[in-house]
Amino acid sequence: MLVEIYLIAVVVALACSLPGVFLVLRGSTMLSDAITHTVLLGIVLAFFVVNDLNSPFLIVGATLVGVLTVWLIETLQHTKLLSNDSAIGIVFPLFFSIAIILITRYAGNVHLDADSVLMGELAFAPFRRMTLFGMDFGPKVLWSMLIILIINVLFITFFYKELKITTFDPGLAAALGFSPVFLHYALMTLVSLTAVGAYDSVGSILVVGFMVGPALTGYLLTHRLKRMILITLITAVFNSLVGVKAAFVLDTSIAGMIAVVTGITCLLAFLFSPSKGSIQAIRNRWKQRKNLKKQAASSHIKS
Amino acid sequence: MEQLLALFSDYTFQIVALGTGFLGLLSGVVGTYATLRKESLLGDALSHAALPGIALAFLLIGKKDLVYLLGGALISGLIATALIQWISKKSTVKFDNALSVVLSSFFGLGLVLLTHIQGLENANQAGLEKFIYGQASSMLLSDVQLLLAVGAGILVLVLLLWKELKVFAFDPVFTQTLGFQTRILQFILSAMIILTVIFGLESVGVILMSALLIGPAVAARQWSDRLGVVLILAGLFGMVSGVAGTFISSIGRQIPTGPTIVLVLSLIVMISLIFSPKRGLIIRWVNQRRKKKAYIKQIEEKQERSEKYAR
Repeated sequence: MLVEIYLIAVVVALACSLPGVFLVLRGSTMLSDAITHTVLLGIVLAFFVVNDLNSPFLIVGATLVGVLTVWLIETLQHTKLLSNDSAIGIVFPLFFSIAIILITRYAGNVHLDADSVLMGELAFAPFRRMTLFGMDFGPKVLWSMLIILIINVLFITFFYKELKITTFDPGLAAALGFSPVFLHYALMTLVSLTAVGAYDSVGSILVVGFMVGPALTGYLLTHRLKRMILITLITAVFNSLVGVKAAFVLDTSIAGMIAVVTGITCLLAFLFSPSKGSIQAIRNRWKQRKNLKKQAASSHIKS
Repeated sequence: MEQLLALFSDYTFQIVALGTGFLGLLSGVVGTYATLRKESLLGDALSHAALPGIALAFLLIGKKDLVYLLGGALISGLIATALIQWISKKSTVKFDNALSVVLSSFFGLGLVLLTHIQGLENANQAGLEKFIYGQASSMLLSDVQLLLAVGAGILVLVLLLWKELKVFAFDPVFTQTLGFQTRILQFILSAMIILTVIFGLESVGVILMSALLIGPAVAARQWSDRLGVVLILAGLFGMVSGVAGTFISSIGRQIPTGPTIVLVLSLIVMISLIFSPKRGLIIRWVNQRRKKKAYIKQIEEKQERSEKYAR
């Protein structure tokens, strides 16, 4: 049971952090924040169609709505009538409101409430078992997240150079014949798929932290993409293990604790990173000031 | 008709409509500055970051006194803003990335504290979660009075600092060269946003508050190029959606107030984007067609002329 919680936490963290790397590099993490909220509408709509909370169609519907969110936000941004972040801030509350209204009006007696979607509880995840032919194969979430993790790994290994070039130089990528738009939407599909898979164990608000936190730590610690991915994965595992342990010791929300630990590791990286850290920056400034003083003095002596 | 009259004379409805309407007005005004500073998503981050403050304040005093809870929210909101500004200014980390990390880790902390509180033997704790979704129908007269007092303070501040905030919203560097303290102005603006957001938490909730900040500003921006007009319009749009949302949710059964307000607001935004007489999508389409026609005509005339010349 305990081991299962650790396992789920690690797998969820790994699956989330992989697309997070490219989100951080593209600076479009708030887009993922929007997606994690709007997938709720997808889940609700798909639920009304199939009437089954365990149907895989829920994941499909929610992923589609996630991609639709991105499309709508970008269409709004292209009109130039409002700034980029305003477009995000208008679309996702709208979708989210529709979802909440639908839930309160029509799904009052089903186990589908905004609470479980937004906040999730990792501690309950092992209770939903995967049973095949009467045999117990472990928690359901573990399997679904494992599949999503594999999809993410496959996508990133197969499209590594395409992702790299479209992230760092979309203009060049387009000139070379890669389609930045296609890759962008492929990445966003993965983000929504991951968000949907993770929502009932982690809760959709904290998914953002799982996606962005480790990747930002990696970003702060290195300048190379491959190394950044490696550091991101290590940080993700570390955060989830420490978070689960701390949550058990303090007897509190597991996903929340992991998010707190993620924030702390990120802050530490921001402070102490050898290349981009703020303490290093202060030291550099001191050194420069000293050097400048020395130079000024020596030029005085010379003259 | 009689039902409507009965509704309008209903005490609860009056209180809630007054509260949400004034909240809409306030967030329209404050949100205009936030969107002009391109910090509109800051509201979203702040509304999440307020949660640990609310939980901590409750842990410290042990009862649900709105003033203390909002005070806690204000402090944790200010800390979060300072962190976001600091990280995005002092390093190569993009504003969006800093925003999302701070948002989720503060929210995580809030959840940790709330779960801890739920485990305590304190009968008072029930209902703290309402800050996450908001529950406009539970607004009390005292809550609305507090909102009116603080909101009026903010509006007066906006009027007093009119020119300072105006120049700061459009060109912070120029503001600094003029000799104004941009840091203080930034602080005042952040504090105003946070105050508005945390009052909104109680009625519309964490997630929908960002819409209330951004929506009226974006809608109003489509109708005018002047700051004063935009501010008044934004306040008006916010107020209308607040009152209309409350109205719709009280005539129907089981319609939550916060989301309904956002729906009404989104409708106003859409109408503004499409039908605005200067920048709207329809007028743009018409203009494009007109230009295309004029251009084709020009080319045809040129062709004719060159043909004549050739002959």
